[in-house]
Amino acid sequence: MVWEGAALLANIPQLFPTPVAVVMALGQLFIAPGPPGLEWAGELMGNTLISLWRVIVGFALAAITGVFLGIIIGWWRNARDLLEPVIELLRPIPPLAWIPLAMLWFGLGFKPAVFLIWLGSFFPILLNTVLGMEGTPHKLIEVARTLGAGPWQVLFKVGLPSATPSIMAGLRIGIGIGWMCLVAAELTGSNSGLGYMIMYYYSTMEASKTVAGMLMIGIVGFLMFIGLKKLEDKILFWKAA
Amino acid sequence: MNGVKLVIDRVGKTFLEKKGGKSTVALHDFSLEIADGEFVCLVGPSGCGKTTLLKLVAGLEQASSGSIYLDDNPVTGPSRERGLVFQDFALFPWRDVRGNVAFGPEVLKVPPAERMRIAEHCIDVVGLADSIHKYPSELSGGMKQRVAIARALANNPELLLMDEPFGSLDAQTRYQMQNELLRIWQDNKKAVIFVTHSVEEAVYLSNRVVVMTNSPGMVKKIYNVDFPYPRSLSDHAFIVLREKITGCLSEESEQIKNGLLLSPGNDKMQDVK
Repeated sequence: MVWEGAALLANIPQLFPTPVAVVMALGQLFIAPGPPGLEWAGELMGNTLISLWRVIVGFALAAITGVFLGIIIGWWRNARDLLEPVIELLRPIPPLAWIPLAMLWFGLGFKPAVFLIWLGSFFPILLNTVLGMEGTPHKLIEVARTLGAGPWQVLFKVGLPSATPSIMAGLRIGIGIGWMCLVAAELTGSNSGLGYMIMYYYSTMEASKTVAGMLMIGIVGFLMFIGLKKLEDKILFWKAA
Repeated sequence: MNGVKLVIDRVGKTFLEKKGGKSTVALHDFSLEIADGEFVCLVGPSGCGKTTLLKLVAGLEQASSGSIYLDDNPVTGPSRERGLVFQDFALFPWRDVRGNVAFGPEVLKVPPAERMRIAEHCIDVVGLADSIHKYPSELSGGMKQRVAIARALANNPELLLMDEPFGSLDAQTRYQMQNELLRIWQDNKKAVIFVTHSVEEAVYLSNRVVVMTNSPGMVKKIYNVDFPYPRSLSDHAFIVLREKITGCLSEESEQIKNGLLLSPGNDKMQDVK
């Protein structure tokens, strides 16, 4: 209501679209033909699918590499001493600062976006995995050893399950950052996807469609977060008292 | 009581503190023999190395000097023959009761059906058959300790090591668990080494009470407890023995109070190798 009133008062529809205008824009975008190859899906859903696919691939790569390296660094002191300096040096560089290099290396479209998403999600996943592995209670390791568990069994039957809550938290943070990186990557280094779409309608001065795209970005991000949270609750059922 | 089960032969353990490079002698020339099926309690002032001794016997720590033999075989590392029960239970929170108890057989590659049968039997022994699918977060302290005991029993160990297992339980539960433990012990006649702070608990449970000296930990005195089971806490002979051991123990504690011996905590120290 406030939004609608304020937008009507301002009376500059190019800059401040009313909610009604945004809903109409959503409808138009829904019907309009989609990007090349995905014409059937419509412009809105087509670009959403493109963005989603990029995030899924980038996030999956980040999850695999982050968890794998995190287990190694968090479990073996030697590995930590070796790899931690490199990681601590790379970590403070914001993923967005990699955009120019990503475009140089990978051009436009799918690959640089996936690269940036991977970069953005990788560090929170890695660090939380390391934290979780390091935090394995010493008593549990000792008890497992007295019960006859060998080094690998201790790692997979004690360390890993004990680190799971932390790993899940890392995945949740990672997918959020990955989604942000995706939009940033599409704003500049792409000619499709939700980020590109809102940037396109900025250039044509159709603020209502830009806002509609933003809304979609928010909704998809929220749904991914909820989905992961649901999965987490399912995996970590034993934590609930 | 027949053959000798465990021999602890002049075992010493020295820890190096992480900062300052000072070393602390936790155990010095500690010798003890434990017979097959015997229940031995260790009592001593805190920080006297009781836990260190258990960890050495469990194989979790390496002795700096001396050796430990189980059935004439030297102890070199942890093994299923020596089950350990901690004060704070150390259950795997992501496994239910059966999963926790089945952990030992599982890592020893016992086939699934057989390991479930073993787990269920051991859970039955500690009286938790109704809670077999519960998770540790759903259990009370007493129940958790029952699970920990069942888990140690599932590997059918030659020797049960218990580090103040009932120390965090309330008096009522503790008493109940002591009787439970005696029943289990009398049924399967495994040798037990039981560390406790409570002299009364030691006299109530064991065949022998070993009083340890304050840091470095050595055997100060060994008391035989010949009373038949079940014992009565209010029995005259029981009280006399309890007071005798308490007196022996408090000489050690007095020394700490008077500052003759400093006893640093065990936590901040590192292994010397």
